[in-house]
Amino acid sequence: MTDRTAASIADRAAAATPAGLTRRVRGLSDRAIAWLFIAPTIVLLLAINIFPLIWTVYLSFTNYRANRPGRVIDWVGTRNYERLLGSEDVWEYMQATAHFVSWTMIIQVILGLGLALLINKNFKGAGFWTTIILIPMMLSPAVVGTFWTYLYQPQTGIFSYIINAFVEVGPIDMIGSPGLAPWSIIIVDTWMWTPYIMLLSLAGLRSIPDYLYEAAEIDRANTWQKFWHITLPRVMPFLMLAVLFRGIENFKMFDMVVELTSGGPGSITELASINLKREAFEKWRTGYASAFAVILFVTVFGLGNIYVKALNRVKQ
Amino acid sequence: MRTWKACLAAAAVSFIAATGAQAQEKQLTLCWAAWDPANALAELGKDFTAESGIKMNYEFVPWTNFADRFINELNSGGKLCDLLIGDSQWIGGSATYGHYIKLNDFFDKEGISMDDFAPATVYAYSTWPKGSENYWALPAMGDALGWIYRKDWFARPDLRQEFKAKYGHDLEVPKNWNELKHIGEFFQGRDIDGKKVYGMGIYTERGSEGITMGVTAALYAWGFQYEDPNNPYHMEGFVNSAAAVEALEFYKSLYECCVPPGHSDAYMVANLDAYKSGQVAMQMNWFAFMPGIAKDEDVGGGKSGFFVNPAQKIAASTLGGQGISVVSYSDKKDMALEYIKWFAQDKVQKKWWALGGYSASKAVLDDPNFPNTAPFAADFLKAMDGVKDFWQEPTYAELLQSMQKRIHDYVVADKGTAKQALDKIIVDWTEVFEDDGKL
Repeated sequence: MTDRTAASIADRAAAATPAGLTRRVRGLSDRAIAWLFIAPTIVLLLAINIFPLIWTVYLSFTNYRANRPGRVIDWVGTRNYERLLGSEDVWEYMQATAHFVSWTMIIQVILGLGLALLINKNFKGAGFWTTIILIPMMLSPAVVGTFWTYLYQPQTGIFSYIINAFVEVGPIDMIGSPGLAPWSIIIVDTWMWTPYIMLLSLAGLRSIPDYLYEAAEIDRANTWQKFWHITLPRVMPFLMLAVLFRGIENFKMFDMVVELTSGGPGSITELASINLKREAFEKWRTGYASAFAVILFVTVFGLGNIYVKALNRVKQ
Repeated sequence: MRTWKACLAAAAVSFIAATGAQAQEKQLTLCWAAWDPANALAELGKDFTAESGIKMNYEFVPWTNFADRFINELNSGGKLCDLLIGDSQWIGGSATYGHYIKLNDFFDKEGISMDDFAPATVYAYSTWPKGSENYWALPAMGDALGWIYRKDWFARPDLRQEFKAKYGHDLEVPKNWNELKHIGEFFQGRDIDGKKVYGMGIYTERGSEGITMGVTAALYAWGFQYEDPNNPYHMEGFVNSAAAVEALEFYKSLYECCVPPGHSDAYMVANLDAYKSGQVAMQMNWFAFMPGIAKDEDVGGGKSGFFVNPAQKIAASTLGGQGISVVSYSDKKDMALEYIKWFAQDKVQKKWWALGGYSASKAVLDDPNFPNTAPFAADFLKAMDGVKDFWQEPTYAELLQSMQKRIHDYVVADKGTAKQALDKIIVDWTEVFEDDGKL
């Protein structure tokens, strides 16, 4: 667009502005006009983000129950927090969440980067395979959870059938067995979200200039040295970003796991968010659930901040 | 002339609009769970529409979402349901928080007597506080947990002979839980007609109420009590009594010995599926499903038999079933009461039973011919004589969720001992009652 065309558009826009409005705006400073523009967004943010957050913090110090509208709300101080932090069960939910988040991240980073390295070879049909690999990511988590319950079915599911084709161990109860259930959700999440890590890693790989590898060739670097000294450091910021997004998502994981295991057997796969929902909308302990939500928020926020600082250091 | 035409047209439009609006208003929405009896009720409701001119709409929600969906509806003061057939455990909360209207005056005015309904159903489905004469619902659907078995398999001479040799008693309907387990063990992994079958389908569901309903079938048979009868809400020594520990251990042993692989999160539908597909010899399930089984093309027509929950120390069954209530937030309470008045009639109750619903009316149940009306009718009467229900407190959802967790942790996830699980239930329940000001 040339300067002349731009000026002409600006003139026409100015001419189209109603005279009354021009007069009113003319009296305002640039700063005031800027505030005018961002005010709706700020109001919206305050209404749907900040106010509920403050309200949740307030409720966390009360015995409020949303299913008893007429009841007087009593201030209970830090009782909800004391109960939460002193509860063995809550620590088990946090452990289950940490187990799920850590293993999904480790496995998905390894597989995602591996797949990205393969796809980056630009072999024949690479585009087709990229599309195929991306399909799970496009599905709804609830749908994925539901159909994996069928795949995991010990007698008729394909998962057990495939394992038995290699090792005859009989029907494998992935969802019902206390030892296997935590891995059943990790496998499904990995199946669904490894493509996401792959996609971001691929973006990182494609951003590495060829001259770096050419220089390494001249220096007679072997494949491992090229990977360790060029590929990995260059891809690392992308990988760390992917881990940040997926880590936060998995910390909040709910729908897929509820459909798959309902948090069972027992509470073995009951992640923090599943328990939070039970406390808030099944038991209706709104005050207690608010305190739990605040603890989870602070945890994610704190971990996220530490991680972002590390990410910035890697970028530098 | 043109003015007259315009006036006529306007009058016609107004008339159509008015009658349309009236027709729009002459309808009720009844909310319940989506299952076989709900279809029977919809069929029955056609008679009400024919008699009253009130159209019936139905909102049937699958059992897994039933409580979540309708308790949220009540808590939010929603107007979706004019009539609600809510679970028996909801009565405390719904009465206390004003979700249901009290029906005493209406019953008095219309001559509806609670003496005309089975006492166990009136106590469980209608009253709050328990034992009082404050009625919040009309008993609508009597139900209890019973058992369904493959009568044709039990009748096979070779199996009967082998069973007798192994266990020393006949392969018949079990008289107690030990015999039930023998049968489960006997069929577990057995080859029948070239197909591998399993012992039984029991309730193990984690999310809503499944495993609690299943395990209480055993607990009640062992004489379980929720609290000290002389000291309300005192649970130590009752909930975790030696008999309760034994019953819970027994239920776990059934899970370990006799269910199909993957039966770790099973409730009504999973048990029905396992049974109808010929996978299990027995299933625990509500009497409500028995008419469907008796008519089923694969397992019905004499292939299936029915029996009441076996006794152990005492004869007792887990209560199911519901009462019908008028939602206080409805704008059509008068029409809803009209429906209840119609539903309470003897002739309607008889048709309700004939269509596959379980009437709680004495006009139906006390009929000398009632036990012969269906292969499960006599057992239904026996079951309703000894039903026991979960807490019906306003805080029932918290109490239930705690029990679900502790029992599932022990039975399915193999965590801790039965005593520890029951002890933890007492700790949880005590906290709930303390928070509610009951302790």
